[in-house]
Amino acid sequence: MDNPQKKAKAYWNENLRYLVILLSIWFVVSFGAGILLKDWLNAIKIGGFGLGFWFAQQGAIYVFVILIFVYVRLMNKLDKKYGYDD
Amino acid sequence: MDVQSWTLLLVVISFSLYIGIAIWSRASSTSDFYIAGGHVPALANGLATAADWMSAASFLGMAGLLSFTGYDGSVYLMGWTGGYVLLALLLAPYLRKFGKFTVPDFIGDRYYSNITRTVAVICALLVSFTYVAGQMRGVGLVFSRFLEVPIDTGVIIGMIIVLFYAVLGGMKGITYTQVAQYCVLIFAFMVPAIFISIQMTGNPVPQLGMGAQVLGEEISLLDKLDGLSEALGFTAYTDGSKSTVDIFCITAALMVGTAGLPHVIVRFFTVPNVRDARKSAGYALLFIAILYTTAPAVAVFARTNLIETVSDQPYEEMPEWFRKWETTGLIVFDDKNKDGLIQYVGDTDKNELTVDPDITVLANPEIAKLPNWVIALVAAGGLAAALSTAAGLLLVISTAISHDLIKKQWKPNISDKYELALARISAVIAVCIAGYFGINPPDFVAATVALAFGLAAASFFPAIILGIFYKKMNKEGATAGMVAGILIMLYYMLRFKFDMFGGGNSSDWWFGISPEGFGTVAMLLNFIISLSVSALFKDPPIEVQEIVENIRLPKNAGRANSH
Repeated sequence: MDNPQKKAKAYWNENLRYLVILLSIWFVVSFGAGILLKDWLNAIKIGGFGLGFWFAQQGAIYVFVILIFVYVRLMNKLDKKYGYDD
Repeated sequence: MDVQSWTLLLVVISFSLYIGIAIWSRASSTSDFYIAGGHVPALANGLATAADWMSAASFLGMAGLLSFTGYDGSVYLMGWTGGYVLLALLLAPYLRKFGKFTVPDFIGDRYYSNITRTVAVICALLVSFTYVAGQMRGVGLVFSRFLEVPIDTGVIIGMIIVLFYAVLGGMKGITYTQVAQYCVLIFAFMVPAIFISIQMTGNPVPQLGMGAQVLGEEISLLDKLDGLSEALGFTAYTDGSKSTVDIFCITAALMVGTAGLPHVIVRFFTVPNVRDARKSAGYALLFIAILYTTAPAVAVFARTNLIETVSDQPYEEMPEWFRKWETTGLIVFDDKNKDGLIQYVGDTDKNELTVDPDITVLANPEIAKLPNWVIALVAAGGLAAALSTAAGLLLVISTAISHDLIKKQWKPNISDKYELALARISAVIAVCIAGYFGINPPDFVAATVALAFGLAAASFFPAIILGIFYKKMNKEGATAGMVAGILIMLYYMLRFKFDMFGGGNSSDWWFGISPEGFGTVAMLLNFIISLSVSALFKDPPIEVQEIVENIRLPKNAGRANSH
């Protein structure tokens, strides 16, 4: 990885791959579990909640927080791997 | 001590704290004033962003809204938190690397056009003004309810406080007062929630108490509430009544709108580097999530308590809080069948009780018979929430005037000192205008707040995303997309909210999507038009493409500056 342009492109592609994976999870927990599959998931009861309702009012938010911190970790590692960390 | 003395005491203590911080953190340059010098630690920025974001509407309004709409209210919970994932992953790191002062700065430079910059300035001003009017009103309401001063006096007291630390300290003063305000508001929100959760379910964690078994009964709280609601003819609490497509679109519009709001984005310019920009987005959402996962629990407790207290009970035996709120007109009882009992039912012909959802958070501690200091704490928390958001918005407004319009377009040669003075004068003017709207609220405030999200979704979001992720996006495409997105959004809102262009009701909505959710459609249209128009014109200049390549790499994000 001597060519800076090649290096930048490889870094960017790995970054995009992370984004696709993390945003898919983002979509599945909110729009999927909390909205589209809500009625179906509500048949499953956990801790007094229907699962679909729980995702819509609790679960999706917890996953959002986790997603950002996972992203921070992944990117810090990626920056280091490519030497972009200050 | 009574509620009023407690409130006065807590308000004086918290306000002195804010003023003390403002004096300690005076701004001495435009960089201090606009972005706190660019060296706010990630944790502090996370706290400040959370306070900035959570307004009077989040603190006072949201639990009430959830309480009265059940599942339908989930759009706000997911919408106003999910937006931070977009912000953290798609916007914040790159905008921080770009390293300027404002959102119009980015749009204007990336699209090498002052027309595009001006469009962005207009959007920023429109969004921020509609928001700030509501905040000043919130300050006035809390003062009038708890200290029994007229609403207008309350607004003016709020104006003076904000003026003091926004004008003196700019972003630097605002940031550190917001850190203090977050602590006040989250404490004020959690204490009553924990008390009530223990009271009703024995579980001290409201997020768990919400689904736990009711004390002394064999049924979970949510099942009980569903049963109570259906028995009275309301929709089951966990079901909701909006269509799935509408829920989907409103959630998406709020998420994307959140990620496009200038007063939130600008907070990420204040941290030292890209790494901290990412991290502070995580902290911000964590601190927001504490309130946002508690609010639905508060909503369930309040709804259950309300139904049990009033339903089929004699009007004469109602507790004191009921009468107090009746005098404000926010609770209205009309004994239609003259039996002296309160019929609170879903059938509007037979229903005798109207409760304004906005009182839920303020009245909740009283309904649950909590001690006076807890009730006063909620008032101080509401003020903290309203003031912190108002200050953040006022800064965007003053920056848009002194930096984006005067420095960048009109008089580029003014000195830093002169620009700082201009920024302070703009802040004073902005506070006065906001105060005016707080005292004389236009009756379209509620409708235009939804419009603000729709507009941000329809304009800023696609322009910024394409600016970062699509190197070949040119000024023609971006400008056409923004203008088309805004216009169709305005048309839809004006038609279905304000009855212009022939008006219409929910059966005329396109694809069954409400105006609140239409931002999603307008955003998609913006993307399509931007990409198609951009294909017809020549690629952006090579220097601009280099800017894009540069912002994608996190290294060497020096301190932001204006040159």
